[in-house]
Amino acid sequence: MSTLRPLVRPSLPPVLRWRAGRALPLVAGLVALVVACPLVFIGLQAGRSGWDSAGRLLERPLVGTLLWHTVSLTAAVTAAALVLGFTAAYLVERTDLPGRRAWTVALAMPLAVPEFVHGYCWVSLIPSVQGYWGAVLVMTSSLYPLVFLPVAATLRHSDAAAEEVARSLGHGRLATLWRVTLPQTRPALAGGALLVSLYLLGEYGAFAMLRFTTFATAIYTEYETAFDTESASILTLVLVALALLVVSLDARAARRGRVVREGTTARPCAPQPLGRWKAPAVAGLAGVVGTTLGVPVYALVYWTMRGNSSTLPSTSILSATAATLGYALGAAAIATAAAVPVALYAWRRATRLARAVERAVYLTRALPGIAVALAVVFFAIRYAQPVYQQPPLLVAGYAMLFFPLALTAVRASLAHVPHGVEDAARSLGVRPLAVLARVTLPLILPGLGAAFAMVALTASTELTATLLLRPTGTETLATQFWIYTTDLAWGAAAPYAAVMTALSIPAVVLLTRRTLGTPRPSKGMR
Amino acid sequence: MSVVALRSAKRSAAVLAAIAASTSVLTGCGSSQATGNSSSASGGSIKGQSITLYSGQHAQTVDALVKDFQSRTGVKVNVRSGDEAELANQLLTEGSASPADVFLAENPPALTTLEQKGLLTKANASTLAAVPSGDSSPKGDWVGVSAREAAFVYNTGKLQAGQTPTSVKDLASSAWKGKLGIAPSETDFAPIVTRVIKAEGEGAAKAWLEGLKANSKVYGSNEDLVAAVNRGEVEGGVIDHYYWYRLRDEQGASGVHSALGYFKQGDPGSLVDVSGAGILSSSKHQAAAQALLAYLTSKPAQQIIANSHSYEYPLAAGVQNTKVDRPLKDVGAVVPASDLGDGKQALQLLQSVGLLS
Repeated sequence: MSTLRPLVRPSLPPVLRWRAGRALPLVAGLVALVVACPLVFIGLQAGRSGWDSAGRLLERPLVGTLLWHTVSLTAAVTAAALVLGFTAAYLVERTDLPGRRAWTVALAMPLAVPEFVHGYCWVSLIPSVQGYWGAVLVMTSSLYPLVFLPVAATLRHSDAAAEEVARSLGHGRLATLWRVTLPQTRPALAGGALLVSLYLLGEYGAFAMLRFTTFATAIYTEYETAFDTESASILTLVLVALALLVVSLDARAARRGRVVREGTTARPCAPQPLGRWKAPAVAGLAGVVGTTLGVPVYALVYWTMRGNSSTLPSTSILSATAATLGYALGAAAIATAAAVPVALYAWRRATRLARAVERAVYLTRALPGIAVALAVVFFAIRYAQPVYQQPPLLVAGYAMLFFPLALTAVRASLAHVPHGVEDAARSLGVRPLAVLARVTLPLILPGLGAAFAMVALTASTELTATLLLRPTGTETLATQFWIYTTDLAWGAAAPYAAVMTALSIPAVVLLTRRTLGTPRPSKGMR
Repeated sequence: MSVVALRSAKRSAAVLAAIAASTSVLTGCGSSQATGNSSSASGGSIKGQSITLYSGQHAQTVDALVKDFQSRTGVKVNVRSGDEAELANQLLTEGSASPADVFLAENPPALTTLEQKGLLTKANASTLAAVPSGDSSPKGDWVGVSAREAAFVYNTGKLQAGQTPTSVKDLASSAWKGKLGIAPSETDFAPIVTRVIKAEGEGAAKAWLEGLKANSKVYGSNEDLVAAVNRGEVEGGVIDHYYWYRLRDEQGASGVHSALGYFKQGDPGSLVDVSGAGILSSSKHQAAAQALLAYLTSKPAQQIIANSHSYEYPLAAGVQNTKVDRPLKDVGAVVPASDLGDGKQALQLLQSVGLLS
């Protein structure tokens, strides 16, 4: 265990601290404020509601059932994603599994399939996938890569020495796994679990297709059937409370596991022989990939061949593709750039305030998409009328929605940067901004790439906010897919889903490379 | 340069001709002598304007309508196609700053909600007169454009044509236990509940809903429900008729294992639900917006609706749908939109029995 040590921050001379810290809290605070806009909107709207109607909504016995659905589903899917993500990452990174590179990409690939396409594929092909277990199956198979990728990255970057020492001291394979490997990946597991569970709290569309109701269903009823924003906001406050709970649990889990490597390079681990477990392991992974990727691909091919509305897609698929790409890449750039100051602030200052700012922005992730989109409408039409329903607004909306994804990726890569590096550079007389440009940013470059890919991937398949925020007359692949499926024209819709998925493949490959690629610290230290 | 000049000269000539044509068409179709007045009076000034239409309706049909309107009037229409409910929420959030001029909805409750919040302005009397008076808002803030009928879709492998229920109230009987599907979160479902409340009172309506709930699988949308009936997951369910026609288009004759049955005349389930359009009071292009509303209820537009693959009924007198097997007159008296209101009572009942969350 000699190479692992708990995080200790060497203190900085006061003068240096003042200079370095002047702008950062300000910028980080500003970003957090913008990202928290939807929370302000929810608060404002909820405040306008009469408590009578709030009471009527919250006192229904059904609310208890819905809360139980949300909590039990979130717990089950998060647990399943943790087990599946960790097991897959361990097999790929620590064993002599054949074809490990190919498995890595295939296991990350479900990220390329939008959730509503996942839901639609399952339902249209295997209608018996419904209700609680249907939801657990579909959500786990679309969300586990959020755990798999960071855990695989941690395993690849962590030094094998600790595990070897444990084994040489007589620990068996399982004991080493449990007492050394698992604790090393705790921050990665916590980050993945945070994203998965926050996502599940606010998700609605996929559950509607799977005939499963959660607390978000009640919120959508108020928005979409009663047109009652105030009541919807009251209910959303309950989700925010749940999200606070999840975020604080994550804070505890991540704190306990914060470890950094002392050396700059990790020595790769000799793969553990799987022996007679090799065939079951390969079969298991093939089952996972077949389920999570095979079903959507099969459904898309089926509907393209089978549906009467199938035609060669019109030229509108080109403009929809261009629009989708433009918005998604723009959002990815902005969200990644905005995540840097927030992550840096929380990383440099381990103060309570810095941590609170960092965690507050995660709450937005748990809000239903329609709430975030209406918040953007609300603020933009009052304070930014010239950009209302213009491309920058949709880009801003995406950046706001998916900021937590970018933050998680940047945060994860900062965790690998030895803490003294910036201080050392500064003590040599390098100015703070130059330290950032020449030392810190190059060190977290893989994390920036992962953040960019992650946001681009998710934004390119977003539907609810897109419908509300896109410029009038512009269609993205997701909105066009939606327009056709509401007409029951599955054959015409399928090519749009296929293009969406195909476009995502480079992002997934980039994501796996950036997340897993070995960092080159020497470049930044030159 | 010369090409551009030539083209623009050509275009303005075409526009003038189109306006002349449209004005005469609009004047010719209405039952009131006032029809078309607004567009002929302002015809010259609205040409070249551009207006924004928020549309929760079938995108392809709206596309065809808008193209025809543009070529007739020279008014450019920017269409924002979306989910009716989301668009209504967007309009409510935007308030008086909304860039929208006209809202084309699928069902009355969204329009009625906007009307109650004072966001809509009156449609011209001539436009309102083009369709039966019961199909528009009693206050005149929105006008009916097309209609859909509630129907009972059933799986032909499990039920015969004669076995479909004649009343929607029968569906609560235990004979249907485990055999039905419903999509109560769809805006099409609440009007039926409103009708049952009107006919039987709230207590009986609640008991009916509880029976229905005990018998049914709940689906998230009519699209999911009609597909589930077609593959035999449930025996039948209540939908709007056009979902089945669209399913038939997509699946082809060999893939269709379902058919439509109808409730008897006068039954709460025998219901025609109107899709209407209204003008936002904040619109800065009132004349052009009124012209669009007048166009939507005019014969040419109604003919496009009648021939389209949205399978909706046109509302203007003298225009027949050729694509739907059953003429609208067989449905019996159309329920006035005013009877359906904003649907709040039905909604609360649905929530209290737990069919809606």
